[in-house]
Amino acid sequence: MSTEAIDTSLPANANDQTKIEMKGVCKQFGSNKVLNDLDLSVPAGKSLVVIGGSGTGKSVMLKSILGLIEPDKGSILIDGQESVRADAKKRNAFMHKFGMLFQGAALFDSLKIWENVAFGLIHGQGMNKKQAKEIAIEKIIAVGLREQVADLFPAELSGGMQKRVGLARAVATKPEIIFFDEPTTGLDPIMADVINHLIVEQVQGLGATALSITHDMGSVRKIADYVAMIHEGKIIWKGAVDDLDHSGNPYVEQFIHGRADGPITRRIV
Amino acid sequence: MPEQVLETANSKKKGFNPIDMVLDMCAHVGGMILGFLAAVGRLSDFIARAVKHCFTPPFFPSQLGRQFIDIGYYSLPVVGMTALFTGMVLALQSYTGFTRFNAEGAIAGVVVLSITRELSPVLAGLMVAGRVGAAIAAEIGTMRVTEQIDALRTLSVNPFKYLIAPRVIAATLTLPILVLIGDIIGVYGGYIVSIYSLGFSPGSYLSQTWDTVTDIDVISGLWKAGAFGFIVSIMGCYHGFNSARGAQGVGAATTNAVVSSSILILIFNYLITQIFFS
Repeated sequence: MSTEAIDTSLPANANDQTKIEMKGVCKQFGSNKVLNDLDLSVPAGKSLVVIGGSGTGKSVMLKSILGLIEPDKGSILIDGQESVRADAKKRNAFMHKFGMLFQGAALFDSLKIWENVAFGLIHGQGMNKKQAKEIAIEKIIAVGLREQVADLFPAELSGGMQKRVGLARAVATKPEIIFFDEPTTGLDPIMADVINHLIVEQVQGLGATALSITHDMGSVRKIADYVAMIHEGKIIWKGAVDDLDHSGNPYVEQFIHGRADGPITRRIV
Repeated sequence: MPEQVLETANSKKKGFNPIDMVLDMCAHVGGMILGFLAAVGRLSDFIARAVKHCFTPPFFPSQLGRQFIDIGYYSLPVVGMTALFTGMVLALQSYTGFTRFNAEGAIAGVVVLSITRELSPVLAGLMVAGRVGAAIAAEIGTMRVTEQIDALRTLSVNPFKYLIAPRVIAATLTLPILVLIGDIIGVYGGYIVSIYSLGFSPGSYLSQTWDTVTDIDVISGLWKAGAFGFIVSIMGCYHGFNSARGAQGVGAATTNAVVSSSILILIFNYLITQIFFS
């Protein structure tokens, strides 16, 4: 199947406003084209999950939107405003709209749990410590942890607990857009389901737009309104989560069923 | 199959061209020079950004305080011990050498000048490079690898302001204080050996020390210390910030931070000495 002629419009409601729009985004590291003319749009207030194999460009795509990586070419619009090559002030304004749950939680080792959760409130928004601590503890409880956890350090928590703290930190500043990078990787199935449930609860509670990347199909079915598949740096299929099982796309079918045989081949180096 | 391999090797031999070899060598050398210039450019850009963020708000006083303690206070034992034993050894070595020329009276002067001008700042710089430069590179490198630096950015905090500036300010300001303390301890080390082991008179030793040392001897050492503190912190931050992925990347960053800051300390020691005493 050719990956060239793909319909880039999401089958969303006509009145869905676009929160994030990527047009013709390219990124190359040396001779390796990671993003290859990528187009993607995320409707406001919806949860889009991007699936795809390892090394297909999912993380680079996410980091390009966040401004952690500068694309070589293309446009990324956030609420209709260009974010590529934005100056520091504009970039800071975008960052205030974002929350992010990292794959390994990325908690600050030297800070207590409540300080991690309150970090964006204190340093990003200039809130006083007392008020920020109250909100942090509220969020820690909201993700199912005990209040006593607030005074521990990240190294004292399990992987699942760290993910919960990472989620609490991502939502503490009430962001408009939340990004989830492989939210269930490395967790047991039960803990993964707990995290998925918390993600849905928190995103819906905030009315935020969510963009996630994952390989975990359980996670996709639980948290997605829409699904897009990335392959070789391009979006090759997009649709509602309900259409995932009858996409008619051999790449998607191979991926969701986890088959070794199909159009996606692995180069063994 | 072996015939085929042999044939290919022979045809390659036949195609051997010395001009191509020279061009390959030139390309290799040129590539190395370009790589070096690119690295210098990246480092210069990093230094310029670090310095800019040291002087522009927002500042993070709690981070700065933590770095003053980590870099300054916790380096005091190692710098003090180094200075003490250096002063003691210097007095002993000077004595064994100077007795050949009946110049024992110059020991106090040699000890104080060597300590204040050279040994205290250079050895303190090298000790701090080993202790603090390595720790900075490892900590920031681990933060890079575990995406904590990306997390800072997503929380609207500039990593240069939160991580780099406090370390650079703290190291640049605390190293002169450490060296000043090292000067006193080093001179005292020489005094102990001279009085209790070599039989000098305390009064004449101290008066010779006092008569020999001038303001510029101490001040030049303190300027050196400030420069060395800056070098150690900036190299630690630079290598940590640009650390490659994985444990090996962090290990390499740590090694590079210590080696590069040690070499730069020795180079800048010569340059600053040239400026003050030429």
